[in-house]
Amino acid sequence: MTLTIDRDHSRFRDIVRGRIRQGLKKYISHGEMIGKKGKELVSIPIPHIEVPRFTFGSKNQGGVGQGDGKPGDPLDRGEGDQAGAGEAGQGEGDHVLEVDITLEELADILGEELSLPAIEDKGKSKIQSKKDKYTGIRRVGPESLRHFKRTYKEALKRSIASGTYSPDSPLIVPQAEDKRFRSFRTDEQPVANAVIVYMMDVSGSMGDEQKEIVRIESFWIDTWLRRQYDGIESRYIIHDATAREVDRDTFFRTRESGGTMISSAYQLAADIIEKNYPASDWNIYPFHFSDGDNWSSDDTSLCMKILRERLVPVANMFAYGQVHSPYGSGQFIKDLREQMGAEEKLVLSDIPDREAIVRSIKDFLGKGR
Amino acid sequence: MAALGFSNETQLPAYLRKEQDKIEAIARQIGLDFFPTVFEILSYDRLNEVAAYGGFPTRYPHWRFGMEYERLAKSYEYGLSKIYEMVINTNPAIAYLLEGNSLTDQKLVMCHVYGHVDFFKNNFCFRSTDLDTLGRVVPTELSHVGYDPNRRWIDKLANHGSVVRRLTARHGVEPVESFVDSCLSLENLIDPHAPFIVRRRIEEEAEEGPQEPVVPRLKSKDYMEGFINPESYMEAEKQRLSSEQKSNKGRFPAEPEQDVLLFLIENAPLEKWERAVLTVIREEAYYFLPQMQTKIMNEGWASYNHSKLMTQHGVADFSEIVDYADNNAGVMATNGKSLNPYKLGVELYRHIEERWNKGQFGRDWDQCDDLDERRHWDLQLGLGTKKIFEVRSIYNDVTFLDEFLTPEFAFENKLFTFEWSERRGGYEVATREFQKVKQKLLGQLTNAGNPVIRVLDANHGNRGELLLRHDHQGVDLRVDYAERVLEALVRMWKRPVVVATKLEEQPVLIRFDGKDHSRVEGQP
Repeated sequence: MTLTIDRDHSRFRDIVRGRIRQGLKKYISHGEMIGKKGKELVSIPIPHIEVPRFTFGSKNQGGVGQGDGKPGDPLDRGEGDQAGAGEAGQGEGDHVLEVDITLEELADILGEELSLPAIEDKGKSKIQSKKDKYTGIRRVGPESLRHFKRTYKEALKRSIASGTYSPDSPLIVPQAEDKRFRSFRTDEQPVANAVIVYMMDVSGSMGDEQKEIVRIESFWIDTWLRRQYDGIESRYIIHDATAREVDRDTFFRTRESGGTMISSAYQLAADIIEKNYPASDWNIYPFHFSDGDNWSSDDTSLCMKILRERLVPVANMFAYGQVHSPYGSGQFIKDLREQMGAEEKLVLSDIPDREAIVRSIKDFLGKGR
Repeated sequence: MAALGFSNETQLPAYLRKEQDKIEAIARQIGLDFFPTVFEILSYDRLNEVAAYGGFPTRYPHWRFGMEYERLAKSYEYGLSKIYEMVINTNPAIAYLLEGNSLTDQKLVMCHVYGHVDFFKNNFCFRSTDLDTLGRVVPTELSHVGYDPNRRWIDKLANHGSVVRRLTARHGVEPVESFVDSCLSLENLIDPHAPFIVRRRIEEEAEEGPQEPVVPRLKSKDYMEGFINPESYMEAEKQRLSSEQKSNKGRFPAEPEQDVLLFLIENAPLEKWERAVLTVIREEAYYFLPQMQTKIMNEGWASYNHSKLMTQHGVADFSEIVDYADNNAGVMATNGKSLNPYKLGVELYRHIEERWNKGQFGRDWDQCDDLDERRHWDLQLGLGTKKIFEVRSIYNDVTFLDEFLTPEFAFENKLFTFEWSERRGGYEVATREFQKVKQKLLGQLTNAGNPVIRVLDANHGNRGELLLRHDHQGVDLRVDYAERVLEALVRMWKRPVVVATKLEEQPVLIRFDGKDHSRVEGQP
């Protein structure tokens, strides 16, 4: 049933979407949206949209309550807001409205706000997996798919119509034309045809704040790429002096104390890609976040070699984001810039603090690759 | 019912129809006097919809109704709250029931509704919602036997809806919607007394020369004249008035005008369609005003009567009493230490009933200060019922509490005031002193809880600026909102707008000139 309110409700949702767009940069840098992710919905707290009126500032207004307590006793939180019958405009402005929007909507808003170009598919065949679903009925088919009930019904109808049916001996003998068989329809289902390989430096120099930045940034990259591709896979690699593949949770939680050998991660990423994701069928997105403090220049040149030979050629783009840590020298991004700056597919981004996340997302995704 | 113009008709099922007849008969027996009442049963999403529109699904379109719907739907889905009932002030009255409630709940709601409808019909505040045959608001003088006013607000609000929709079709969604937004910011700038005051008589211009001000006299017998209207006072008053007249000379409006909306409709340089929209908003604001003015009385009266009908007059049978009590307790519960208008109202009616039954009023009672004697005071007058019926007719929340809130009542109900404590960063109990509690309560109810704002001068500084004055009663305005309201006012007035108020004890002028906000200390 359609309701009259639907129109006003969707108008309200539009306004909310507008608000989210306005506040998007703030939301992004505060990471307010993450952690609330359900399966497909994100709850976004936006300030209560209220019609401003001449009203009393509620803090110095006070009110009248009812109950025990002697002067000076505190009221529980929230009580004051509702207390006082007939109090006008209970809104204090910090009332928060939680709005659910889908990840797709969120991605669209992100795309519009940062004017991100749609990604060009590398032109690889979009893999569709075919799946048979037994949903229909037809007149021919193998005995093993015979639909007993439908066949019986047809036979019953025929025997009644032809007058051979007798209620005293209700024997029904199906004939060939009565037979009904289950039939299948082939559904094409999109399968993952893009993979994101996240790599993160978890050496001692990466602090919690740095990891938080990586977490926020990867949430948005995920959201955007998921919008662009029908199916997407994510792999997570952490490294200090050695690299290993982990699940998502571990990825963001682990903290090691060792030194840093970036090549170990690149090595592992290249192995994973070569083994599972042939470049002809997959859109491949390696993202690497680090504070840029590599162990030795030998290792750095090994990194360049792997990048040049094994990662950049197969990837849609290779993104490197460098966060600032109090200990890191931040040398790695400079090396990359010097040695591979001409490489089109290599995207470098410097992320000194949370405020820079928005710009960095644009750096990464603004190329439309 | 077809005349009501609802798109989705709902019929009351037979078993509820039977209950309705029964309850209606009993309600009449206990003296309630109500409009014919039509019950509609709605699914929760329809009920949420109707509630979001303030009871009128055919109202003008606006996103804030959508926001309200979102809020209601969310809190229903998460099981935080649900609306049991909704009744609107029309004749015939329309009440909505929630589909799927238990029979006990439906009975309770119906009893409650008859309390409200009796109140709508008999309380004087609601006479400002009487319409004449052309649908104009014309409050009737007095309710009387056979009082059957025209309150076809369903039609009126539907007309408003079509006005706004038509204007939207002509001028576009964006301009109309943003203008409605501005209007809504001004929605509370109305004069609660306006419907009853014949203030706007056309004063004949003085032919020429200054006129002696006439000091109004109180009515008195000849021999009392010198005492009631003493010469010295009359003279002082005359002085005051003539000096006021001098200083107000050429001032427009001549008297400060609290009905800011009307002032704008009549005097602001608005386009024709804008005037139409503002008129719609103003009429609806006045329609909903009596409900703001009588929240405690109205809910109290409905609760008093549902409890009486359910428990003393056999609407609920024995098997239902526990369910009823459970539900009733939920309605009456005070959340933490906050004040519940249902509870406060019903207790106050019962308090009045008891006092008038026992004769605890009048001179002897007031002068008696023997606590023991007061406690056992019972003249067995039995005037309680008569008194509360009178009270429900001729009081509003402010006068109700002013007259009947007694120290005993405040003590028994553990009333206190609370204040914001900077040190604690939260609210804390301030005092239980009766006068202060009462003062605070009345202060909050005055002007339906809105700050009193008046138009003082339409040609402020001789620059055509609009000067408003906030009558500061100890509580400051919320400044960020005030600034946004000024933006809305500038949109109407097309010239800078100033509001004179006080912030932290200092007189302040808050001004918006169309570009910048400014705040200077000082008085107009």
